[in-house]
Amino acid sequence: MSKLFSRLSRAILLSLLVALPLACNNSSPSNGKKKQASASIIIAGSTSVQPFAEKLAEIYMVKNPWAIINVQGGGSTAGVRAAQTGIANIGTSSRNLHPEEKNLYEIPIAYDGIAVIVNPGNPMKNLSTETLRKIYAGKILNWKKLGGVDHRITTITREEGSGTRGAFEELAMEKTEIDQGCIVEDSNGSVRELVGTDPYAIGYMSFGLVNAQVKAIALDNIMPSIEAMKKKRYRFFRPFLFLTRKKPAGLVLKFIQFVLSREGQDILVKEGLIPSAIIQGEKLKWLLQPSREKKS
Amino acid sequence: MAATAIQRKEKLIERIFLLIAFSSIFSLFIIALFIFAEGLPLIWKVGLKDFLLSTRWAPTKGHFGIFAMIVSSFWVTIGALLFGGPLGLMCSFFLVEFASDRLRAFIKPALELLAGIPSVVYGFLGVVYLVPLVRDYLGGPGLSLLTASIILGIMILPTVISISVDALVAVPDSYREAAFSLGATRWQTTYMVTVHAARSGIITSLVLGMGRAVGETMAVIMIAGNALKIPLSPLDPLRTLTSNIALEMGYASGMHRQALFATGIVLFFFVMALNTIATVYARRKRIK
Repeated sequence: MSKLFSRLSRAILLSLLVALPLACNNSSPSNGKKKQASASIIIAGSTSVQPFAEKLAEIYMVKNPWAIINVQGGGSTAGVRAAQTGIANIGTSSRNLHPEEKNLYEIPIAYDGIAVIVNPGNPMKNLSTETLRKIYAGKILNWKKLGGVDHRITTITREEGSGTRGAFEELAMEKTEIDQGCIVEDSNGSVRELVGTDPYAIGYMSFGLVNAQVKAIALDNIMPSIEAMKKKRYRFFRPFLFLTRKKPAGLVLKFIQFVLSREGQDILVKEGLIPSAIIQGEKLKWLLQPSREKKS
Repeated sequence: MAATAIQRKEKLIERIFLLIAFSSIFSLFIIALFIFAEGLPLIWKVGLKDFLLSTRWAPTKGHFGIFAMIVSSFWVTIGALLFGGPLGLMCSFFLVEFASDRLRAFIKPALELLAGIPSVVYGFLGVVYLVPLVRDYLGGPGLSLLTASIILGIMILPTVISISVDALVAVPDSYREAAFSLGATRWQTTYMVTVHAARSGIITSLVLGMGRAVGETMAVIMIAGNALKIPLSPLDPLRTLTSNIALEMGYASGMHRQALFATGIVLFFFVMALNTIATVYARRKRIK
């Protein structure tokens, strides 16, 4: 028994010794001044941006084996905070920054639509923004009122502080508040799962993550599509932001340049996002100005 | 001389163990300190009455009322007790009074396995199987008080069973033999004699089961729907104190974050009250 114990503790000690330098290496913000020296950065924040950032980081790391990019979740507000405090080299946000958060460098890497989704078995094809607002404000509670079956609507929203919710409130709700009786889920995935299994549910989620489990519906007679969003006819979209406290340099800069390059943008388009450059049309130099300077 | 060296060594080891024992209490103290230091300023600002008795929770807009969650936590705990209590007690009666040794040797480890299943697995099973069942056959969104109560009822079984089994086993066999000799059947003996003798232990098991239910987070987030209203029927969705913290902590900053710590304070008192009740009952048994 004691033999086993000592062997176990030795194993734990050994793994700690191995893991410790690794962990230290990861958490220290790197400068990566030398080209070939290995460098590591942390990207943290919005759970909507996370899968896309992971994909980009994965591809970047295959091409540049010296770079280590850790992508973490946490939420948009956590991403802003992580960038402000320097816990992460790049914070991510899936909503526009609040005025008091504008002291960061913000780089829109892409735009993402918000799709309103229903169960594939639901005959509903179109809603006006006003009707949508009434559903989420708890004023319309039954599908019958919308010409559907006589059944209560299961309204699904995201949790307070979520970037997707923030953008949805801004775009759809205007001044009205989302009803407290709505079901609250904490990720795009669980909203999709629920709407996919509940025939009477309605929800909203990142357009890039909509799949065959659910059906996206038109808003004011316009179906969400990358084309419609580029032309700003479908107006439910929000930016995906990379945020840094200091002027991007080293690996941070290199990675941002990669993301904004044609190759990086193509990856994002393939994943269902709207490329940043097409809506923005600005040059990288301009993007790397702090937002305070941009305004003046 | 040799004896004093050994004694000194003994003293030293005793001290080391004392220190280690205190370090666990110290961590409890630190946790409590942090929760209170972070949460109390908000309660002070909002006012205890508004914080505890308002149902409006919109932390990014400056409303911090957690009454709906307190009520929800209460109902979920009661619901879990309604499902898990009778099931767990009957199971422990069977194990102690009726089961053969061979059957017991199979059932007990199986129940211990139940305790080892991570809560996220319970939640996942609940979402995939139980939620659609409730939605299709009983109505409502399926994510509801009822669903959460059933899943939590299963989750508290190991706690309820292991403690009540201990209490039943502790009843001296002479009690049972006396009842049998008076002509009582096994079941009559159980409900008229053994249960009464083990009463305090059984109540302790139920109270600790409630403590487990009130503290459960992951499974509840997945199956309770997290709506901010006070549930008016078992089919309504609800949000408990624990799920409120876990749902929003990733995003919270400033007052919002403090409000989540303040929610933790309320939870702290919830659990402390339950544990105190359990200790009081457990002690009553020992005095007897």
